[in-house]
Amino acid sequence: MTMSHVKLQDVTKRFGPVVAVNRLSIEISQGECFSMLGPSGCGKTTTLRMVAGFEDLDEGEISVGGKIFSSSFKKYYLPPEKRDFGMVFQAFAVWPHLNVYNNVAFPLQIRKMPKAEIEERTRRAITYTGLSECAETYPNELSGGQKQRIALARAIAINPTVMLLDEPLSNLDPKLREEMRFEIKDLQRKFGFTILYVTHDQAEAMALSDRILVMSEGNVQQIDTPLNIYHKPANKFVFSFIGLSNFLPVEIADSAVYIEGQHDAGPLNVELPPRTLERRLILATRPFEIDIIREGGVRGTVKRVTYLGDVIDYRVMVGNVEVRIQKNRIKEILREGQRCGLKFNRILWYEHQP
Amino acid sequence: MANVSLEKVGKTYGRHQVISDFSITLRDGECFTFLGPSGCGKTVILRLIAGFEHLTTGEIFIGDRLVSSVEKGVHIPPEARKIGVVFQDYAVWPHKTVYENVVYPLQMQKIPAAEAKKRTMAAVEQVNLGSLENRLPFQLSGGQQQRVALARALVSRPEIMLLDEPLSNLDANLREEMRFEITALQKQTGVTILYVTHDQEVALAISDRIAIMDKMGRVRQVGPPDEIYENPSDPFVFKFMGISNFIPLDWRDGRVFVGESGSPLAYPIPADVLDRIRRHELIAGCRPYDIELTHDDSSPTRGTIRRVIYLGSIIDYRVALGMQEIRVQQDVRDAGQGGIPFRDGDPVGLNFLHLKWFENRGLTEEVES
Amino acid sequence: MIRKLFGNFGIAEILLAVSVLILVIVVAVPVLLILWTALFVDGSLNTRDILKVLSQPETYEALKNSLIIAAGVTFFSTIIGVFFAWLVSRTDLPLKETMKVLFLVPFMLPSFIGALAWKMLLSPRAGYINKYLSDLFGLDGSLFNIYSLSGIIAVETMYLFPFVFIQVAGALERMDPTLEESARISGAGLLTITRKITLPLMTPSIAAGALLVALYSLAHFGVPAILGTERGIYNIPTKIYEQIYQSGGSFVAIRTGTILSSILVIAAGLILYIQNLVLKAGRFQVIAGKSMRPLLLKLRGLKIPLLLFSILYIFITVILPTVTIFLVGSLKTYGVSFTLENMSLTNLKYILFQWKMTKDAIWNSLYLSLGAAFVTMIVGTLISYTIVKIKVRGRFILEFLGLLPFSVPGTVIAIGVILMWSGKFGINLYNTAWIIFIAYIARYMAFSLKSNSAALEQVSDSLEEAARACGATHWQSLKDIVIPLIKPGMVAAFFLIFLPALRELTTSILLYGPTTRTIGVAIYALNEDGETVYAATLASVALVIIIVGQLAIKRITRSRIKGI
Repeated sequence: MTMSHVKLQDVTKRFGPVVAVNRLSIEISQGECFSMLGPSGCGKTTTLRMVAGFEDLDEGEISVGGKIFSSSFKKYYLPPEKRDFGMVFQAFAVWPHLNVYNNVAFPLQIRKMPKAEIEERTRRAITYTGLSECAETYPNELSGGQKQRIALARAIAINPTVMLLDEPLSNLDPKLREEMRFEIKDLQRKFGFTILYVTHDQAEAMALSDRILVMSEGNVQQIDTPLNIYHKPANKFVFSFIGLSNFLPVEIADSAVYIEGQHDAGPLNVELPPRTLERRLILATRPFEIDIIREGGVRGTVKRVTYLGDVIDYRVMVGNVEVRIQKNRIKEILREGQRCGLKFNRILWYEHQP
Repeated sequence: MANVSLEKVGKTYGRHQVISDFSITLRDGECFTFLGPSGCGKTVILRLIAGFEHLTTGEIFIGDRLVSSVEKGVHIPPEARKIGVVFQDYAVWPHKTVYENVVYPLQMQKIPAAEAKKRTMAAVEQVNLGSLENRLPFQLSGGQQQRVALARALVSRPEIMLLDEPLSNLDANLREEMRFEITALQKQTGVTILYVTHDQEVALAISDRIAIMDKMGRVRQVGPPDEIYENPSDPFVFKFMGISNFIPLDWRDGRVFVGESGSPLAYPIPADVLDRIRRHELIAGCRPYDIELTHDDSSPTRGTIRRVIYLGSIIDYRVALGMQEIRVQQDVRDAGQGGIPFRDGDPVGLNFLHLKWFENRGLTEEVES
Repeated sequence: MIRKLFGNFGIAEILLAVSVLILVIVVAVPVLLILWTALFVDGSLNTRDILKVLSQPETYEALKNSLIIAAGVTFFSTIIGVFFAWLVSRTDLPLKETMKVLFLVPFMLPSFIGALAWKMLLSPRAGYINKYLSDLFGLDGSLFNIYSLSGIIAVETMYLFPFVFIQVAGALERMDPTLEESARISGAGLLTITRKITLPLMTPSIAAGALLVALYSLAHFGVPAILGTERGIYNIPTKIYEQIYQSGGSFVAIRTGTILSSILVIAAGLILYIQNLVLKAGRFQVIAGKSMRPLLLKLRGLKIPLLLFSILYIFITVILPTVTIFLVGSLKTYGVSFTLENMSLTNLKYILFQWKMTKDAIWNSLYLSLGAAFVTMIVGTLISYTIVKIKVRGRFILEFLGLLPFSVPGTVIAIGVILMWSGKFGINLYNTAWIIFIAYIARYMAFSLKSNSAALEQVSDSLEEAARACGATHWQSLKDIVIPLIKPGMVAAFFLIFLPALRELTTSILLYGPTTRTIGVAIYALNEDGETVYAATLASVALVIIIVGQLAIKRITRSRIKGI
């Protein structure tokens, strides 16, 4: 079994009475792109900062490549400057009083490498991030995207084995964000480092990661591949965080599933949930996974139609329960007030909690 | 409750001519959106109609009234134009309560106190801020502040409402909600709305008609949302409204090819279009989901998968087609039905379901401007 | 056609014209008059007098002293200011919040009163500390002589270092912590980070503070007057005063004063120019978006010693002199020891209720500073509004004119005002309270403009435009929207002027007449006449008024912020 490259074991961090990170255990393999995804305040940034060494953990152990960096058991703490990470911050953290070259060369100069080597490595990092033309320029003359590239170049200059990225793209505009995602991935492919990535943007996590850790309030909700998280979310939180969602209250009667209080609308075309004695449950489904049909299905009325170009967004009322459906515009467009039927294709069951 | 007419309107700042020879009519009761990238002049037009800026040339009518004219030396100030304005930063006065904010226009009109109170409370109710009329703005959320601005703009029963990107500071969920509220309010009151935004999704969702503007201040196309989306007049509009692919066309050996070194294009092309392709006049535009990918040889158009990204319900492919890369998006369900999904490096056949034809006029200039 | 002409002369243009007129009369003309008077006599270029003055050894000496003092004060203020700023923002020093407040106290105290106190403590032979130490160690002479260049430098540093402290502490606190964190993760230890990252990024703030100190010191009258003139140590402002005072206000002396003032203005201009260059070169966006805690150095063993050091510093520079003033002020006679029987409140009662000179002085200062603050507040608001909100061409003239007096030393303003309002244009206000009043307005207009501009810039245009869209005319929108929102800024401007005006000396010393003494002038005069105890008593009264005023500001500005 290959030893994991980055390992967190029961890592816990408290700020006063608040438990920011609760017994987090992760094992990341060499060369993996691992994301921590969650809403703000969920503990993902705190975890990253503990790995970086800016915060010390209260309990647990963090080790990289077999070497222990922080440990409460052994009362050991290695300061950040000795951890040899490459790190990219959300606000770029590029030094305004140094030009691009000197920003990138800084970590190499600190390590007192021979001049020729510093020159070579710096040039290489600058070239790989597409900054060769602005090596002498100062950051305040460059755009946000270029500044982020400086930060990337600076981080890869030392050939790190692990790169830490703290929401590096959230200060960039949407088009640039997409482009830079691929640039980061390309760099990873070229250099082969392990990535620990923090973001609140699920599309970004899905696009970049080999595995995602979904967090909420300091606790792990799920760790899995993007596809599995999307198709088999562990709980309601993960389901709703990872994409648009409907949570429909349903009840089981006469061996059929009905939307709660709307037996007149007819039964849903779904199988009964396995092994449950509950009569009331939550049925979770994505707006894209529902078909709108003329005859049959669960009867409802179209309340609102919003034309969004490539997609039409429908709100269909089944009684007083609103169901959200999104359909490709190629299919026929319904009108408000029209009666229709709903056919469910892909569903998940959750407990009915008030 | 009034139409708005701009005739040969122009505005110049110093040496910079932002708008020139601009003419357009907004119909009574419609929701009209000016859509374009930042700097295109859409906000300037709103401010000219509102009266916050003076015209350099041209005339503006609101209803039958001439409100601005350079030739005739007319400029009716904003306070006399019977308008309602909602600003991007809400512009809710921090030292006044919700009630005091909303009642202000009625006080300016010197409406008697009792009636003013009635109308104000009605407006506050209409935007669902019922029990909050005594709150100060700092005690309200962004969405609530925006509603105060809406109520304030509506309470005086203006002839036209001007909204300047009012939703860009709200988060995605709230934006959707407020979109709907604006539309609903418009239907209830019948007021003419001029909406300004760079977000094409909002424009599509709420407008009766959209005018798309480019960075030079030119109007590229005016029409209802579905027409703009389905029948874009040029590549700029096409690109602005969503993810787009532009496919160069070549004519060799009596057939249409993809670009100079690409494979043949299989697509039902009408005769007159074929003529123009032969004369190298056209380029094809295609949306990512209007392309089918096949594992087999059924299509003569060949490409190679460069990148596969799973985005939950969609799979996003970058496909190398000839000298360029295009984007293809597939519904996960469709992909599953077609067999094994594609992987990086796989050869692939492409079927184009729907192509739009554009004039091949130095694409960069068209699209970037 | 006519309508077109008049159409363009709207309210905006009228406001602009009025504002320019006010600023020109109050600010520009005095300064220009100085240059004119210095350079021209009866219409022709006056090189002879200029050279005569410049070549006098006295002038040369005064200039040299000014530069030495300014250089010394700037140097030490920078070191002390940066050290304490760093201590308070970047270490885990205990009681930080308290220390921050305490370090700002010297800002509020008039430095010439401090000089007075130090004179009582460290004058050779008579100084209390000197006497104490001489007795203790059985010395013949005294250990410290405050009547020296080093004495002046020391005292000025004590009261000026907060300029640097505020700038640097503020910048350190607002600095994006990830700038240092990224250096850390790149492998740099704390000392390397401080050397290569933090300090370079702080250079603009340090420079800003240091240059302010230099500017202030060059133009300062009080400390050199009290500690220097006795031994013949003059700087330019005291030299100007001496010339005018000795000649009884003769025009020749005033002309000499203008020449010396011109030197001051040029020096001040140079400093501001350098400041602009430094700021432009180092204009860095270092302010953080998210608030994260910056890197703190753990002081460990040094924690308590440094804390004690800081407290000792505050004690010596703030508490000791203040207490001395109060104590000496209650003595029956100067020089006796501080026993309860030697102290009483008689002096206080005399100063406050019986002696006309001091009563008048207190009264004069109060109404002059209140009046000047009020007028400057209103006019400043008007002009700020024109600069910030009215998009009329040429408003940069206003900005320039308004900020001009910032760089013009109080002495120079006084002379300019004398030149302008002593009958030249038909109005003679010399020796009246009005001339001091006008000088104050000229001197402090810049403060009002800065404060009001800042407040106005916070009121976004859309707030006014929203009112217009609701049917309000321009004036209505001003009344209903703008004024209520800038009230805190206006109030702040008021106090920003009232308190400094109350305690100042540099300007009124050249302008006072027999019945128009200010508190500062009275204290100085008492000191000159050898009435040390009364000087101290009046000084303690001044200190009390100032402290009460400061507390009032805090109370008022805080409650106003809540109100919004």
